[in-house]
Amino acid sequence: MPDFIQFEDVSRQYGGVRAVDHVTLGIRKGEFFSLLGPSGCGKTTLLRMLAGFERPDTGRVLLDGVDITELPPERRKVNTIFQNYALFPHLSVRQNIAFGPQVAKRPRREVDDDVEKMLTLIQMRDHADKRIDQISGGQKQRVAIARALINKPAVLLLDEPLAALDLKLRQRMLIELDMVHDQVGITFVFVTHDQGEAMSLADRVAVMNAGRIDQLGRPAEIYEAPQTSFVAAFIGDSNFFEGVVAETLDAEHVRLSIDGFHDLRAFNDKNLRVGDRVVLSVRPEKIRILREQPAPSPDHNVARAVVDDVIYLGTHTRYWLRSAEYRLAVEQQHNRFVLDEKPITWKDEVWLQWHADDGFMLERYAESDEALMAIPPQRVGELDAAAGVDEHG
Amino acid sequence: MAESRGLLRRRHEPWITLPSLLWLIVLFAVPAAIVFAIAFKPTDPFGGIAAGWTLHTLQSLGDPNYPAILWRTIWLAVLTTAICLLLATPTAYFIARTPVRQRNLLLLAVVVPFWTSFLVRIFAWKVVLHPDGFVKHVLAALHLVPADGSLLYHAGAVLLVLVYTELPFAILPLYAAAEKFDFRLLEAARDLGAGPLRSFWSVFLPGIRRGLLTATLVTLIPALGSYVVPDLVGGPTSEMLGNKIAQRTFVDRNLPHASALSALLALAVLVPSAFAITLARGKRDAQSGSEA
Repeated sequence: MPDFIQFEDVSRQYGGVRAVDHVTLGIRKGEFFSLLGPSGCGKTTLLRMLAGFERPDTGRVLLDGVDITELPPERRKVNTIFQNYALFPHLSVRQNIAFGPQVAKRPRREVDDDVEKMLTLIQMRDHADKRIDQISGGQKQRVAIARALINKPAVLLLDEPLAALDLKLRQRMLIELDMVHDQVGITFVFVTHDQGEAMSLADRVAVMNAGRIDQLGRPAEIYEAPQTSFVAAFIGDSNFFEGVVAETLDAEHVRLSIDGFHDLRAFNDKNLRVGDRVVLSVRPEKIRILREQPAPSPDHNVARAVVDDVIYLGTHTRYWLRSAEYRLAVEQQHNRFVLDEKPITWKDEVWLQWHADDGFMLERYAESDEALMAIPPQRVGELDAAAGVDEHG
Repeated sequence: MAESRGLLRRRHEPWITLPSLLWLIVLFAVPAAIVFAIAFKPTDPFGGIAAGWTLHTLQSLGDPNYPAILWRTIWLAVLTTAICLLLATPTAYFIARTPVRQRNLLLLAVVVPFWTSFLVRIFAWKVVLHPDGFVKHVLAALHLVPADGSLLYHAGAVLLVLVYTELPFAILPLYAAAEKFDFRLLEAARDLGAGPLRSFWSVFLPGIRRGLLTATLVTLIPALGSYVVPDLVGGPTSEMLGNKIAQRTFVDRNLPHASALSALLALAVLVPSAFAITLARGKRDAQSGSEA
C-alpha cells in the first residue's frame, strides 16, 4: 500500500539557498510523524508545502494518492496548528472554532452542534465567549486544535506548537496532543526543533539537515543507531573520536586506531574497511567511570582519564573528563559515589569503560557538522576558564 | 505595588495633560464657542456685529438653497471617503506586504505630493482637466465625453480632486494598521478553507478596523469642510457649505450668518465622529471590562 502522504523529489529554493533539497518521503495513515531538525533545515518549508503555502520548485506532493501540488490551501483536507496559533483576535473562542464550518457554508444548526462538541472536547465551554487575548497559552493551543479538527481534516499539521509555552505547560500539552491523536486517529505531522518533543510523541521521526532527510526511523532507532554524525550530535549528546579502521576482528566488529588510545573496538554496521577514516561516537550515558582499572574484557574498551568538572544534575551527574586529546562527557546515574566518603571530583584520575557495541561508527563527517560537534568542548573551555583549571595534555 | 504606582500616575495626570488641555481650550473650545455665540448676534450695516441677541440669523438658515447645498456637501464628502477607503485599503495592504526597503519608497511616494503647495496642486488639476487640455482631447477623441463638454466646474470634478487630496490621509492610517496586522492570520484563514477574498474580508478588514475608523474620520471631516477645491474646480452647481461660509464672510460681510453655517457644519462633523468614537470606545470597554 502506498503511503498516505508522499513527497516525491520535492525541492524549494529561496534566492540560491536550497531550503528543501530533493526530498522523497512517505508518511503513513494515522501516524504521528515528526520532522525534526535545527532552524533552517527545511522542516517548516516541507510542512508548508503540505499545507499549500509553498509550491515546490520540483517534485510532487500526494495526499491519499491524489496529486495536491497545485491545490491552494483552502482546497486541501489538511489543517494546521500554527506556531503562535494564529487565532483570530477579533473573534471569540466560539467564533474562532466556527470559522471553518461557516466558510464551508454548513447549516447553522449543524455548525453550532459541532462547535459545542469541540468546546466540550477541549474543556473550554466556560470560556467559549471570551476573546482570544483573555485566555492562557495552553487554552489557546486547545482552541487552535479545535479550530482545526472541527473541519475533519485528513492530516493535522503542527508547526512548533509548543514553542510558545513554558516548560511545565509544554510537558502537559505534549500529553494532551498525544491523547488527541489517540482520540481522533488522524495523521499528525509535527514539526519541531526539540528532540525531546519529537522523541516522546512521534511514531517515526525524520531528522532533517540542510534541506535533506538525514535519517528516518523510530525514535529509538535514531537515538541508538544514528546513521550520520549530524544525527548523532543533534539527537542527544555524544563523544566523537576521529580515527582509522585498523583491523577487521569479525563480521561485526573492527579495531580502530585512534591517537592516544589503543585497541578500541567498535560495532561495524556500515561495512567499513581497513584504512577507512571514521568517527567513533559514544553516548555519555554509555560510559562508566571506575576508580580501579577494570579486569580486561574483549567486549569492553578502556581508557584512562582525568576529571575536569563534575556537574550534579539531580537525576544524574555529568562529568567532563580529559583523555588523550579529547574532552569527554560522561553521565552516571546516582549510586554510591554521591554519598561516598570520597566522591569522584576534580583532577581525580579514573578509568573509563564502555561496551564495544555501544560505540557506533560514522563516516567522516561533513565540514558543516563540525560546528555542531564543537559545542561540548567549547563549554568545557568556558568552565575551565571560570574555574582556573590547568590545561592537561 | 502596581496599585500605588497607578495612583501616583493618576495624581500627576492633570499636570501632564495641562499644556495640551490649555491649547485645546484657548485655540479650539473658546473660538468654537465664540463662533456659536456670534450666530445669535445681529449684524450691523458695516459688516460688523451689533449689540444684543437675535434668532434672526438662525431663521435665515431656512433659505431654500441650503438643504440642497447641505445634501450635496454630505454626499460629496461621504462618496469621497468611500472611494478613498476603497482605493486606500488595498494600497495599504500592498505596502504592508512589501519588503521594508521598497516599502519606504512606496510610503515616500504617498507623501511626496505634500511637498508641493496644496493650491498649486489644485491649480495643476485645473490645467489637467482644462477644456483644451490633453486629457479632454483624448477622452473626446474616444467619444467618452462630448467634444463641447467640460471636465471642470461640476460635482464630478470636485469629487475627483477631493479624492485626490484626501487619499494620502486615508492611506497613512490604514498602512499604520496594516503594518501591525499579523499576516499569518490570513494563512490561517486560507488553511481553514477561506479563499483569498473571503480571508481579506473576514480577517484582514476586522484586523485593521481601527485604521479604517481613523481613515474614515480624517477623510470625511476635511471633505465636509472643504472650500478651496469646490471653489477652484467646481461651478455654481457644485457649491459646498464651505463655499457658502466663505461667501457670507468675505462677500456679504455677514459674520453671524457665516457663524450659523459654521455651527451647522461643525455639528454635522461632530455628531458622526462622536458617534463613531463612542462606538469604538464601547467596544474597547466591553473588552477590557470582561477581562477585569
